[in-house]
Amino acid sequence: MLKDITIGQYYPAFSVIHAMDPRVKFLMMIGFIVVIFLAWNIAALGLVLVFCLAVLFLSRVPVKVYLKSLKPIIPIIIFTAVLNALYIDGEVLWKWWIIEITKEGLLRSGYVALRIIMLILITSVLTYTTTPTQLTDAIERVFSPLNRLKIDVHVFAMIMTIALRFIPTLIEETEKIMNAQKSRGADLETGSLLQRVRALLPILIPLLFSAFHRAFELADAMECRCYHGGKGRTRLKQLKCAGRDYAAIGIFLPVCAGIICASVLIPIF
Amino acid sequence: MAAVIELEHVTFSYGEEAEDQGFIEDLSLSVEEGSFVAVLGHNGSGKSTIAKLLSGLKLPQKGRVFVCGIDTSDEERELEAKKNIGMVFQTPDNQIVATIVEEDVAFGPENLGVEPSEIRRRVDEALAAVGMEEYKDHAPNKLSGGQKQRVAIAGVLAMQPRCMVLDEPTAMLDPRGRGEVMKTILRLREQYGMTIVLITHYMNEAAMADRVVVMDDGRVAADGTPREIFSQVQKLKQLGLDVPQPTELIDQLKQAGIDLPDGILTVDECVQAVTRAFMEE
Repeated sequence: MLKDITIGQYYPAFSVIHAMDPRVKFLMMIGFIVVIFLAWNIAALGLVLVFCLAVLFLSRVPVKVYLKSLKPIIPIIIFTAVLNALYIDGEVLWKWWIIEITKEGLLRSGYVALRIIMLILITSVLTYTTTPTQLTDAIERVFSPLNRLKIDVHVFAMIMTIALRFIPTLIEETEKIMNAQKSRGADLETGSLLQRVRALLPILIPLLFSAFHRAFELADAMECRCYHGGKGRTRLKQLKCAGRDYAAIGIFLPVCAGIICASVLIPIF
Repeated sequence: MAAVIELEHVTFSYGEEAEDQGFIEDLSLSVEEGSFVAVLGHNGSGKSTIAKLLSGLKLPQKGRVFVCGIDTSDEERELEAKKNIGMVFQTPDNQIVATIVEEDVAFGPENLGVEPSEIRRRVDEALAAVGMEEYKDHAPNKLSGGQKQRVAIAGVLAMQPRCMVLDEPTAMLDPRGRGEVMKTILRLREQYGMTIVLITHYMNEAAMADRVVVMDDGRVAADGTPREIFSQVQKLKQLGLDVPQPTELIDQLKQAGIDLPDGILTVDECVQAVTRAFMEE
């Protein structure tokens, strides 16, 4: 059960998107999210959709996998779409008691739903095509200018790396502890909610204890391997922008400009 | 030969709460370059404290600890001392930092600010030295205990230390993992002439070293070649230690009145000595 939890949903494949510099991918994703929110009419959203589908296609990750990433947010999409449909004034198409459905409302809810879907899809492209390590690396380097503001970006990246490293280990340990407690007659599955929460205590306490123990030992090991923060540190893997990254930026920027122009020049409805 | 490690009249204790656990009293010890020293002792004899002192994680209350001529209490040369002494600990999981094997091996040289191309070379060499090169892209949590411990050794090796201190590296492993780790240690010694300090409570591991130091109550109780140490069967037993099984067997046969030589460590030697004794009779 616990083993099914995956952190970072990397989907291994050979594609242009996989091979791109993670920094470029990360920045492009952020840029695109902004652009998605700037797209306020059918032409702009159409462009967003076309670009999004093109990226999806290039990533060589099966459509099924993308659909799976959309599944958990279906309720949110429906909820926001319904709210938007009900609360926008305009040409009334259908009316019952105090509920009014307007043409503008329907359009708006369609836009909003589409926008949320694009948002999820484009972030999924990033997580499916980038390993957690690459992502951490990219985040550390993208945010490295913050070092000037005395924010130690390296520390956050290190914490993220260690967390990623130890999540599977701790999950394994949780399972071991659960089995140990079950074999002594602990009942984790039945009873009221309160009883079940209380039954979790004998699992959480040893788990926390062991996590702290691990943390102290890891700190010792890191110190012995000359870790002294990010200062003067080099990296095994250098990130390099290649031709494909420049090409991607070359395509991405005009597309963004196009979407923004379409959004500004053409009226909303 | 020059001493890589030097402890001069070192006294250390963990404080009053841990009164009789792992303290060290007026301990002097030196390890020569290129030697393979095993430190034996029962739990709480202070053997793991030696590792903590050598790594600079703990500083002595009295006396001084030198690693490659550098006092471990010298804060300015702390990194230099740590770089020269590679530490491998007991729990394989708690010393691997990165999510990918080769990135973990690179962690030490990265901290030292080594050039990326040189890190690459060192990582490949270190992984080859422990026989883990084909796992370089794997996630550490998918490896067996013995493999994780070999990755930890590679991680230390990539810093190019002059000495390696292993604190019960096989205690958490199954017999197969234990074999893998011991084979790796012996290979490092043969191929690189690495100075090795192996802290252990397994007698057969200690028997592979060329010097055995037996710790008891924070002092050195015995110091000599494995043959010298393990021929003192009664003394070792008094110190709460076992002897290697072949040595134990020979000792009991001798007590039963059979004439056998001293200092037998391996199964082969034992078989030879016993057959010779029977042929003579």
